[in-house]
Amino acid sequence: MENILEVDHLGVRFGDTAVLRDLTFALAKGATLAVIGQNGSGKTVLFRALIGALPHDGVLRWAPGTRFGYVPQKLDIDRDLPLTGFDLLSARAGIAGVGAKQVSTALGRVGLEGAVASRPIGALSGGQFQLLLVAFALLADPNVLLLDEPTAGIDEPGQDRLHEVLRSLRAERDTTVLLISHELSVVSGQATHVLCLGRKRAYFGPPQEVITPKTLEEVYGTHVRFHVHDHD
Amino acid sequence: MSTTTIEPALLLLVTSAAAGLVGSFIVMRRMVLAADALSHVALPGIGFALLLKIHPLAGALFALLLGTVLIWGIERRARLPVETVVGVVFSGALALGSLMTSGDELIQALLGKPTQLGSAEFVIALAGAAGVVAFLALRWRELLVSLVSRDIATSIGIRAWSLELQFMIVFAITVALGVRYLGVLLMGSLVIIPAATAKHVAVGLRRMVAVAVLLAVTSTALGTWIGAVTGGETGPPIVLVAVAFFLLSLCKRAFV
Repeated sequence: MENILEVDHLGVRFGDTAVLRDLTFALAKGATLAVIGQNGSGKTVLFRALIGALPHDGVLRWAPGTRFGYVPQKLDIDRDLPLTGFDLLSARAGIAGVGAKQVSTALGRVGLEGAVASRPIGALSGGQFQLLLVAFALLADPNVLLLDEPTAGIDEPGQDRLHEVLRSLRAERDTTVLLISHELSVVSGQATHVLCLGRKRAYFGPPQEVITPKTLEEVYGTHVRFHVHDHD
Repeated sequence: MSTTTIEPALLLLVTSAAAGLVGSFIVMRRMVLAADALSHVALPGIGFALLLKIHPLAGALFALLLGTVLIWGIERRARLPVETVVGVVFSGALALGSLMTSGDELIQALLGKPTQLGSAEFVIALAGAAGVVAFLALRWRELLVSLVSRDIATSIGIRAWSLELQFMIVFAITVALGVRYLGVLLMGSLVIIPAATAKHVAVGLRRMVAVAVLLAVTSTALGTWIGAVTGGETGPPIVLVAVAFFLLSLCKRAFV
């Protein structure tokens, strides 16, 4: 199968501190990669390097024609910012050259009402703003989604809807999804591959091979009770 | 050859509109202090121009552009907060400028004074103002996404650092356009205060920008009229009118 992403000996440093070292993996088109690891293990840094926001060592190659939809973990938004959700989505639609209909479609997909998108973004709750960012990422038909803890702050129905959106995107459009999550049940249920960033090394492979008691103990430094069930 | 009195008035109003537009993005990007300080970098440029006997505004524009590129470069390389970098560059520039200009020249550079406008200067300044408006009309979407998140902007193919430099250059041009009338100390105020007022009273980008432009133009027109009636400088009344609108917006905010 054609690879959409190839990472070879990737390293990211901040000054003298190496946050990511010698990371190598490849991802096929349409795969779902879950990135797990302790806080500070470099998950967000990896995503920022993948979208081109951080300089890095090694090789990082996306297939030609890759279009990102990126949802960051959290944003420091000025609560007084007079921008509305529609302002943000319209700007994205304008950059991509798509019509206002796509804005409504994206909002509908994540279950956000027009009235919510008409409010200033600083007045939205954490969960509403997160859904707005997901709608932003879905605009302009991305073929790769990078979601950094996308369900943080979102209520149960919102989480279910988001997981449903991801499922349908994978099924209908063969969208490649890269997901940072601390929820091992979500990871094992959705991911085709797992990248586990440990203190000493990284583990990459199918969930059944990577999410093992031994790996989890090595990565999290403590015993984690979790077992991946075979789905077939 | 010099122009009539209509051209300077027209240029002042167009400059005010550009200031309101640029100011909206300055305020939303939380660059108010940095932008105000950066506008003072024009002073040593005016000093150099007076020493070299060239047009003071050419010197101001050169210094502003140099300061902008310097601040952008240091911020990018050293990853320092823009306030820190601007603070250092501004203090150095103000000290250098004060050494190079003196007496009436210094007061005029700091507070501004409308002088006769040559027709070539009028055309160049008008083109500069039109360029500022055109840049923002073309790039507001990218600027908006970039101010919400530089990373999201990068992920959709916006070269965020380059866009930031272009925006700072546009800001520098706007300041240079108004330095003649409002001076090095007050021009930053015309960029910032109407936009800060608009941020209080408007919801939505279009309304904020419209209110900022309207307030900047109204403050300029009213302030110029007050200056003409009282026979004094025009810069200080323009800024005081803008401040009055800002205070009114605080009242509106407190009671609504």
